[in-house]
Amino acid sequence: MHYHKPHTFEDALKIAANARGVTRFLAGGTDVLVQLRAGIVTPDDLIDLKLIPGVHDIARTADGGWTIGIAVSGAELGRHAALVAEWPGVVEGMNLVGSTQVQGRATLAGNLCNGSPAADSVPGLVAAGATVSVIGPNGTRKLAVEDIPASPGRTHLQAGEIVTAIHLPPRGAQGGDAYLRFIPRTEMDIAVVGCAISLTLDGDKIATARVALGAVAPKVLLVADAAAALIGTTLDDKALAALQAAATAAAQPITDRRGTVEFRKDVTAVLAARTARIAYARAKGAVK
Amino acid sequence: MSKIHVSAVVNGDPVDFLADPRESLLDCLRDQLGLTGSKEGCGTGDCGACSVTVDGVLVCSCLVLGVEAEGKAIGTVEGLSDGGTLHPLQRKFIEHAALQCGFCTPGILVAAKALLDQNASPTETEVRYWLAGNLCRCTGYDKIVRAVMDAASEMREAV
Repeated sequence: MHYHKPHTFEDALKIAANARGVTRFLAGGTDVLVQLRAGIVTPDDLIDLKLIPGVHDIARTADGGWTIGIAVSGAELGRHAALVAEWPGVVEGMNLVGSTQVQGRATLAGNLCNGSPAADSVPGLVAAGATVSVIGPNGTRKLAVEDIPASPGRTHLQAGEIVTAIHLPPRGAQGGDAYLRFIPRTEMDIAVVGCAISLTLDGDKIATARVALGAVAPKVLLVADAAAALIGTTLDDKALAALQAAATAAAQPITDRRGTVEFRKDVTAVLAARTARIAYARAKGAVK
Repeated sequence: MSKIHVSAVVNGDPVDFLADPRESLLDCLRDQLGLTGSKEGCGTGDCGACSVTVDGVLVCSCLVLGVEAEGKAIGTVEGLSDGGTLHPLQRKFIEHAALQCGFCTPGILVAAKALLDQNASPTETEVRYWLAGNLCRCTGYDKIVRAVMDAASEMREAV
C-alpha cells in the first residue's frame, strides 16, 4: 500500500488518476482503517486528504450559509457555537456517530462517502438541503447530498471523483431542524431508524419543509410527500398524522437483527412526529 | 513494501520510527517504540483500550495510521505519571478498586484525563457519556465513574 499526502485537491486527483489498483481517500479514517484491518478493502493507494489547506475549516459563505471542510471532525463541528445555533439537527446527527474517540476523527464527508443507509449525519444534511462540491477527471461539479448515496457502501461519485467541501444553505429567519434516531441503548450504536426534518415558518405556518429518513431503505431517503404534509400547516394533529402516514409509506425497510420491517415502520412514524415537533419549536426560537 | 520515516513527539519526548504505511499508530507505539501501555482490544474503534491523544484530541490509536503521526504530539498512558508520582486519576483508580483485569484501564485513564483537561468539574452523566467508548467487562463501570469523580474533585481542590 502506498500512502500519499497531497497538499492540493488537484494533486490528489493526479495521484488517483495514476493509481491502477484499489484507491481509497482518507478524510477521517474511522471506516477506511477498520476495512483495512479486517481485510475487506486493502487499498493499493491511500490518499490522505487531511493535509490540504482549508479542509479543517468551517467558513461562513457570502450568502449567509456555511462551507464545511471535508476533514472537520464531529468534535470540531459540535464545538462551533454559531453553526450549532443555526443547524442543530445537522450537528446532532454527526455527534451521534460513535464515541468521544471516534468523534475526534470521524467526518461528515467520510460518513457520506462510506455510503451506509444508516449513516447518522446524512439525513440531517439531506433535510438541510446541503450540497457538496466534487472535483474529478472531468472538472468540478456540485451535487445535492441526497444524490450521493446509491446503495449500501456505494455512491454515485464516479471513479476518481473527490468531495472537496460540504455546503449548507443560509438558515434564514424562523428556521429549525432536528435529527432523532432509534437505537436499543442510549449511546454507541447504529440507527435502526433515523429521521431528520428541516423547516421554515411564516408566522405560525410551515412555509417550507424537507423530511429525510435513514436506515429504512438501501439509501437515505428524501421524502417529498412527508414534507408536503407539513407545508401550510401549523403542525396540528392532522398534519402530524399525514406526516406519519407519508413517512411510513415511503419507508422500505428490511428485517435484520436490529429490527423487523413492522417495527421499523412503526418507529418511523413515531420519530417523524417527534422530530417535526422539535424542528418546529426550534424554528419558533426555542432553546436549541 | 518500503517503510516511511516518521518523526513525532510522544509524551514530550521526540521520537523517530520507521512505519509500514499499513501499520496503525497503536502497532507503532507498541512494536516500534515499546510503549505497551496502550492495548488492542478490538482493533475497530469500538472498545477504547488503545485511547491516546493526538495534538490533544482523544482518538483510538487503532484508527490512526502510524504514518499520520508525522509532526504530531502523542499522549499515552505512560505520560500520565510525573516521574515516580502517580497522576491523581491513577491513585484514585487504585483507591476505589476501579479495575480488575486492568486491560481497559490505560485507555480509560487517558480518556478521563482528556475529559478533565477540558472540563474540571464534569457531572456523573458527562463522565458516563464521555467514557461510553471505553468498554470494561469486569467492573460494571460504577467504580470507574466514582474514581474519575473523586480525582476531579481532588484536582479542583489542589488548584
